[in-house]
Amino acid sequence: MIHNIPYLAVVALVAIGFWAMIFRKNLIKVIIGIAIIESGVNFFLVALGYRSGAYAPIYTHAPSGQMVLPVPQALTLTSIVIGVAVLALMLSLAVQIYKKQGTLDTRKGVLKK
Amino acid sequence: MQSILTTPSGYWDPLMWLFGLAVAIGFALFIRSLGQKSYNKETDQTKPFISGNPEVSKSESHVKASNLYWGFMESLKSYYSKIMRFHTGNVNDYVLLLVFVIAVMFLIIVLAGVI
Amino acid sequence: MSIDWLLIHSPALIIAVPLFAAFAMPLIKKLGNKTRNGVALATVLLIEILVIMLAKDVFASGARSYVFGAEPGLTLPSGYIVPIRILFHVDGMSAFMAIISATIALVAVIYSLKFMEKETALDRYYLLLLLMMVGMFGMEFTADLFNMFVFLEVLSIASCGLVAYRIHLADAPEGALKFMVISSIGALMVLLATGFLYGQYDALNIAQLAKELQFNFIDKIALVLLLGAFAMKCGSFPMHQWVPDTYSVAPAPISILLVVSTQVSLYALFRVVFTLYGISSNVVVVGWYLIVLGLSTLFIGVTMAIPQKDIKRLISYLGVSQIGYMLIAVGVGFSLFANPVEFEIYGFRAIEGGIFQLINDSMYMGLLFLVSGALYYRIGTRNLDSMGGLARPMKVTSICFLIGSLAIAGIPPFNGFASKFMIYETVYRFNPIISIVAMLVSVLTLAAMVRAFSAAFMGPSLPEFKEVREVPKSMILGMVILASMVVFFGLFPSLIVDNLVEPAVRALISRPSYIISLLGG
Repeated sequence: MIHNIPYLAVVALVAIGFWAMIFRKNLIKVIIGIAIIESGVNFFLVALGYRSGAYAPIYTHAPSGQMVLPVPQALTLTSIVIGVAVLALMLSLAVQIYKKQGTLDTRKGVLKK
Repeated sequence: MQSILTTPSGYWDPLMWLFGLAVAIGFALFIRSLGQKSYNKETDQTKPFISGNPEVSKSESHVKASNLYWGFMESLKSYYSKIMRFHTGNVNDYVLLLVFVIAVMFLIIVLAGVI
Repeated sequence: MSIDWLLIHSPALIIAVPLFAAFAMPLIKKLGNKTRNGVALATVLLIEILVIMLAKDVFASGARSYVFGAEPGLTLPSGYIVPIRILFHVDGMSAFMAIISATIALVAVIYSLKFMEKETALDRYYLLLLLMMVGMFGMEFTADLFNMFVFLEVLSIASCGLVAYRIHLADAPEGALKFMVISSIGALMVLLATGFLYGQYDALNIAQLAKELQFNFIDKIALVLLLGAFAMKCGSFPMHQWVPDTYSVAPAPISILLVVSTQVSLYALFRVVFTLYGISSNVVVVGWYLIVLGLSTLFIGVTMAIPQKDIKRLISYLGVSQIGYMLIAVGVGFSLFANPVEFEIYGFRAIEGGIFQLINDSMYMGLLFLVSGALYYRIGTRNLDSMGGLARPMKVTSICFLIGSLAIAGIPPFNGFASKFMIYETVYRFNPIISIVAMLVSVLTLAAMVRAFSAAFMGPSLPEFKEVREVPKSMILGMVILASMVVFFGLFPSLIVDNLVEPAVRALISRPSYIISLLGG
């Protein structure tokens, strides 16, 4: 049971993120929802990479024994970097929308039908 | 031939079709040339007949896009009012629909195997 | 540097050259606008040549793998052999998609030379355009699920920047933000699915995963996530609403690249369905999923197109509905996958029709978007209500629009007819009702296009358009290239089907040979 807690946290994070994206009407909060889902996914990848009793792949002179394959960590790093870029881009667009339309309400967009 | 596309129950040859089209157009032009020759340009014969009402200017008589297919839209009003209400342009709904599709697929693919 | 060397390294070069040229753009700008345009044009031309060379080789002598990093057969100290290398795998289907992307990118750059002239910061425009190409080629060539996610994000971020390029318009940032929200949520679902598969099989390589896949509970969840995410990215009902929002605000050359990028997502969907899961999944259920999505996409797309007042939204909704044809055809083929007899009789032809429709769709959708861009260039509006009588001053443009609309409606002898004919016939054998709905949609498409044509081009010449002239030559060239391809593909369909489409479909459906050519017997 105890080793499933990280996965439960992942489910909770993704669910909270989707809740924010579906039910919050403020664009900034929608973007925060994406950020939360993203942390959930990153957490999932890191949790996958954990092996009990093995060495983390960060030591140059690790004692002999099992060492974890660092692929999930590499994936997570890449995903975090991409996430930062996406977040910055979306926030800058939200600023532009506020300048043009004077509101961040998702229901008041000009593109519909 | 490089143009013949065979399908399971026949074939499609665009060049032959074009040939047939040319023949049909030639035939239509031939029939047209049999018509009366007494048509005169520059006379009242070329004017539209609108029961003696004054003719509106050319640029006034252009039918705008929103007036085209008025009957079509009118007869399908109940369908279009529903479908237009569905297209909210709200980004929350876009995500909701993704979750909906994933949930339906989850029921069909994943749970169908479990139960 | 011989031809052989170029050929061997072409999968990497096709990614690396635009990537390098993209980030060199801000420097090249210092040498003047002519040089900048020249370098952008030269890059896409070079890529087009490389892609055609590579595709010719792949069609003639089978798939080609390209290995980055370690030597093949790397063994870890623990004795564990993993395909830890990063692999590109170019088979017939990837090469086919690469031809589409490279051709459309070439046309987009030719068209942009004049079309975007009045805008500022064009170095960044070309930078993002080349990055979009990198993303597309990466998604087509990669044999690795995580790389697919990375290139999907590269493609999304670059396209988002370009959609918001005319940021001074009131609606551009909104369309771009919607696109980015949709793309990033889709990409995160892909990443989650990748995590599920990695956690089970310790591999990211598509071939390795396909070999070990057991289609258990976790695999099914991953399949659902991948299907949902890629179906949204390719704009199928009910997740199609972002498509018109995004396409209509982007500049016209970007709209045509966005059409191709949705097709690349469709390619990723087919790759997941055919290569990653293939026969080991529940083919009938997945096939019917594609068919139902395709049917509803067809119908909703075209009925939404008819009342539109914005010409680009009208074309975008038609683009949404055209995706439905490919989904239906490939879904029919896939649902027969487990039944070799019927698959040989008409399932294979159905997939061929769908893939042929893919290349045709990119051509005529591109043509229509370029024409709408030409109208915008001259009269500065997308509103159909304020257009009229434009056929008189813009003759070539109106003829191109006519060719494009007849092709999209499936009128012979244009290319749309040839592929739709294949789809109707094969789908009719599977289930006549689907075929009848598809034909009805074709009629409605013609109705929508007739409305747009008569509103914009027909009628008396309006006084406010006295000064309108034909668009500049480079824009005409872009449109004429696509229009002549539409006509050529329509007149010689079997030339294209036999030489381009069939090798692509053979590669798409042969899952075992994909695994063997990457991992060995």
